[in-house]
Amino acid sequence: MEFLLQPLTLVTFFPLLGVFVIAFINAEKKDAIRWTALITALATLLISFWAFAQFDKTNPNLQLEAKYAWIRVADWNIYYYLAVDGLSILLVLLTTLLSAISILSAWSAVQERVKEFMIFFLLLEVGMTGVFLAQDLFLFYIFWEFTLVPMYFIIGIWGGPRRIYSALKFFLYTMAGSILMLLAIIYLGVQAQNTFNVPELLARLPQLYASGQISPTAQMLLFVAFALSFAIKVPMWPLHSWLPDAHVEAPTAGSVILAGVLLKMGTYGFLRFNIPLFPNATIQAAPWMALLATIGILYGAAVSYAQADIKKLVAYSSVSHLGFVMLGLFALNAEGVSGAILQMVNHGLSTGALFLLIGMVYEQTHTRQFSDYGGLWKAMPIFAVMMLIAVFSSMGLPGLNGFVGEFTILLGAFGSKAIASPWYAGFSTLGVILAAVYLLYLFQKMFLGPDGKVITEHKLKDLNWREIVTMIPLVVFIFWIGLYPKPFFDILAPAVEKLLSALPL
Amino acid sequence: MHLSETMNSGFYYLAPLLVFAPLVGLLINGFFGKYLSEKVVGAIASLASGTTFLVAVLLAHSTALNHGQVVQVPFAAWIHAGGLQLDWTFRVDTLSTTMMLVVSGVGTLIHIYAIGYMHEDVRFKHDEARFSRFFVFLNLFILSMMILVSGDSYLMLFVGWEGVGLCSFLLIGFWYELDLLSLPSWSNSNAAKKAFITSRIGDVGFLIAMFLTFWHFGSLQFDAAFQAAPSVAQVSPGAITAITLFMLLGVAGKSAQIPLYVWLPDAMAGPTPVSALIHAATMVTAGIYLIARSAPVYSLVPQAQYIVALVGAATALFAATIAVGQYDIKKVLAYSTISQLGFMVAAVGSGAFVAGMFHLITHAFFKALLFLSAGSVILGIERGHHTHAHHAEPKGKKKKEEHAEVFDPGDMRNMGGLRKTMPTTFWVYVVGTLALAGIVPFSGFWSKDEILLETSLHYPLIYWLLTAAAFFTAFYMGRQIWLVFFGEPRSDAAKHSQESPPVMTIPLIVLAALSLLGGALNLPFSGFHNLTHWLSSTISGVESLPFNWGVAGMSTLLAVLALVVSWFLYGRNPLKEKQIDPLKKPLGWAFTGMENKWFVDELYRAVVIGPYERLAAFLADAVDWKFWHDFVHDTLIVGGFNGLTKTLLDRNVDQRGIDAFFNSWGAFAEWLSANLRKAQNGFIRTYALATLLGVVLILGYLILK
Repeated sequence: MEFLLQPLTLVTFFPLLGVFVIAFINAEKKDAIRWTALITALATLLISFWAFAQFDKTNPNLQLEAKYAWIRVADWNIYYYLAVDGLSILLVLLTTLLSAISILSAWSAVQERVKEFMIFFLLLEVGMTGVFLAQDLFLFYIFWEFTLVPMYFIIGIWGGPRRIYSALKFFLYTMAGSILMLLAIIYLGVQAQNTFNVPELLARLPQLYASGQISPTAQMLLFVAFALSFAIKVPMWPLHSWLPDAHVEAPTAGSVILAGVLLKMGTYGFLRFNIPLFPNATIQAAPWMALLATIGILYGAAVSYAQADIKKLVAYSSVSHLGFVMLGLFALNAEGVSGAILQMVNHGLSTGALFLLIGMVYEQTHTRQFSDYGGLWKAMPIFAVMMLIAVFSSMGLPGLNGFVGEFTILLGAFGSKAIASPWYAGFSTLGVILAAVYLLYLFQKMFLGPDGKVITEHKLKDLNWREIVTMIPLVVFIFWIGLYPKPFFDILAPAVEKLLSALPL
Repeated sequence: MHLSETMNSGFYYLAPLLVFAPLVGLLINGFFGKYLSEKVVGAIASLASGTTFLVAVLLAHSTALNHGQVVQVPFAAWIHAGGLQLDWTFRVDTLSTTMMLVVSGVGTLIHIYAIGYMHEDVRFKHDEARFSRFFVFLNLFILSMMILVSGDSYLMLFVGWEGVGLCSFLLIGFWYELDLLSLPSWSNSNAAKKAFITSRIGDVGFLIAMFLTFWHFGSLQFDAAFQAAPSVAQVSPGAITAITLFMLLGVAGKSAQIPLYVWLPDAMAGPTPVSALIHAATMVTAGIYLIARSAPVYSLVPQAQYIVALVGAATALFAATIAVGQYDIKKVLAYSTISQLGFMVAAVGSGAFVAGMFHLITHAFFKALLFLSAGSVILGIERGHHTHAHHAEPKGKKKKEEHAEVFDPGDMRNMGGLRKTMPTTFWVYVVGTLALAGIVPFSGFWSKDEILLETSLHYPLIYWLLTAAAFFTAFYMGRQIWLVFFGEPRSDAAKHSQESPPVMTIPLIVLAALSLLGGALNLPFSGFHNLTHWLSSTISGVESLPFNWGVAGMSTLLAVLALVVSWFLYGRNPLKEKQIDPLKKPLGWAFTGMENKWFVDELYRAVVIGPYERLAAFLADAVDWKFWHDFVHDTLIVGGFNGLTKTLLDRNVDQRGIDAFFNSWGAFAEWLSANLRKAQNGFIRTYALATLLGVVLILGYLILK
């Protein structure tokens, strides 16, 4: 019992209770299933608040630890080890929030096999939360791979016309990246006297590096092995090819989670593992990562602009936005890294909102081609205002959340010692223009101009109460982080400082 | 000085109301506007703006009592990340209160005028429900502008800077489904987009200037940055030059200077009160405010200052020539605004910060007046057009056909003779024109004279460019007066045009009075340099020059000459219906250039926009999709994998002696690819499970070995 009542164990595995209950509900009783899933997700959200209430934000270390010896074989000691610190607490809250929102958004959009859908969704939540909390590489890897399975089915069963192809590609692409990480994890574990426990690794590794037991080349190879796996997830240019397929084909709720949380698992991986475990390689790699990030920012923005499909535009915009996050992470200074962590949350909010809204109108129009749209503002004013907020949040308008993250990232990268050149940040700043170009294009083609085909052919209804309620939490956080980001920075500042102070910069 | 010490001696505690009064206004109208009558909506919005003005007056009063001391009113913590420690603090000093007064004063007048203007505008365009939205945006604009001018750091200023950009976007695209002729079109929304994106190009400059400021000066807070500036100038003067020039790019975007001015003429797609408030009197002057605010930095680098001045002067002359060749009443004023902003930029670039601010104030009066009068003219013509069309129309005809006829109420070639039908508008327009042309004793004369005088002393080239621009200014304004108000009506609409109601004309009369008397703020005679004295407590080292008869005489002479020439061309023989412009023949290609804005839009389309669109399409279709997605991933990787497994299974290969080890791998691959194929048929579960199982097996083996 004591094991179950740990806040982090509870927040991770509580959705399983919902899965269990849903398993016993008749598949025909769709509303009962929906309500059970929603209540489970809301309860999980409350549990995450409860965990947050116990979180000491002045403490830079791992907290609320749930640590048990799990697998003991030969000399190996593998732990069930969950803990949270300033680097991950916001992402956990984002996960529980977006999970509840996504379930609400699937209320009327998903009509087929509701039971399986909700079961997969709750399972996905378990995996994602576990990824952000696991402090043992073995456990982390299990959660990491586990998220693939429900997501695979969500795309493959409830997706668009090319769902099987997209789901398979998503699965294989991510899997391929993970294999190298697995080898690296094993190598690390062997070198560090049979442990996968991250704090123990962090304690032992400096000695291994100093003694040359792990050579600088080996360290770099380990960095690359981890990086490859995470970079595919982010996705960093040029490893993004799975993303437009998965995003476009996924059902709305899947896209929201994919963009909002799953991509953050990649950036979080860099933050939690690459940077502290391989400090020298990190510093060596920083300019290269900055280069890839910069290319991604500009490339993603340009490619977004040329899309004819609304959802695909938003999908590619993630390549650009996550480029900013990577740039901030590898600035390796307090401004850049804090901005990057905040921007992970921001991207989840703003891109999540964009996908939600596109899904809401798609339910009525069944088209995502820009050429079918135009003049929606008049027909759907509330929808238009919501979209306006989401678009400008994504564009980084000051006063909204995106700006705070983007600005601190660029500021940090501009003066970063690790990147050692202001040119990357300088060119990345051009992304600010390009973002305005593609996002205003999106807004204009949908809401402004003369009436498009969707207006003349459908009798469009503005957002209903459920849809408004779905959006409200996102809008609240979009303004909150934009106007008063201090509490958020305060949460992550001590952990960021600790992370950076360990680097030989 | 900190708030606590001066709290009791002033109204500083009211500073947050600058922002919160319009916030309350916009929230009420935003949520309940559709249930309220037009008068109530207009009153709430005007009251909100009026409250801001009142607060600005009280703050100015307190500042005067405190002898111009800077007071920082802390409000909330904002961004605290690493070395970046910024709070939301209101800065009350003579420079910021000056801007507050101008923005909220002119803003409130325009709010009132807009009640009348929008009442008719929404009816002419058949969407009365949109009335309240206009005032929500207008209040949002005042709010953003107040953040801009009251910010205590570059970043806070930037928040307002982008906020007003958003409002500009929303208001230019207010009639987002129409074009200038009120026909269904993408044109207005394109204009809105163009304005935002062009300004954003400038914003990149501003952002980079901020990054440089932060890493070189250690802070984005004004006082801290300015304090660090002189010592940084000793060590790395290049950094300061870079900061000032990148900032200039931001100024060019917001204040419509070369090379980023192109958005402003298109911005006339917005309703006329918007053109007056945002695109003439207030938002576009934000760049001038920014340079005046950064005076301590600019003063350290004379070369950069010269470049700023040159950009301003070149813009002043260039835009003035284009204004000569325009036929749309608002387009003339738009290019005139660009030109006058050039004067201000040239002034602050030459270190004449007070002269620049002085011209900013008087320009806000007379250009707001001119735009609002132009709006009155356009509505007057619309009224004429509608009553005429109504009378001429045989009964029983459908309403739609009335609008089948395309009529441009803003085209000066459709006007003429309006002084008789719209006398009040005519007289205030004349006042605005004389002020803009720089005729004694109107306000524009004094402020422009101060700029010319300052530049004549330091930068002769700038002086001559501006003097030439001043000549053109008087000329195109004369041309406008003759074309619009004199001669005979050149259309039925003009013949039947009607004067505007008092809710519109009273703000015009107030602005006319300000345009006439505004020069009194800073008369160039000893004992009268009020503005200089006022601003000197914020901007150090400003000089007050004595009146110079030579410069003043020269500019007056040229202005009068230009008006006479314009009369000679347009007043003596008024334009007839369908007659081409009398300047077109003598000037030839030069006039074609002016008419077509020197083809700059076309140039940008060919050099920047077109290539970017093609590059984006190429990257998206060819590089990312056909090559990277289809070829590399689907053909090379998937095909290669399939090919490999087939090769390994091939009997010939097998028989040529591949040993059992590889054979087993081949079998494994066959098994895998068989699963893959199954997977593509929908049996992925098997594969997923198998892979997971495989991973676990490998792992298990490695752990146990």
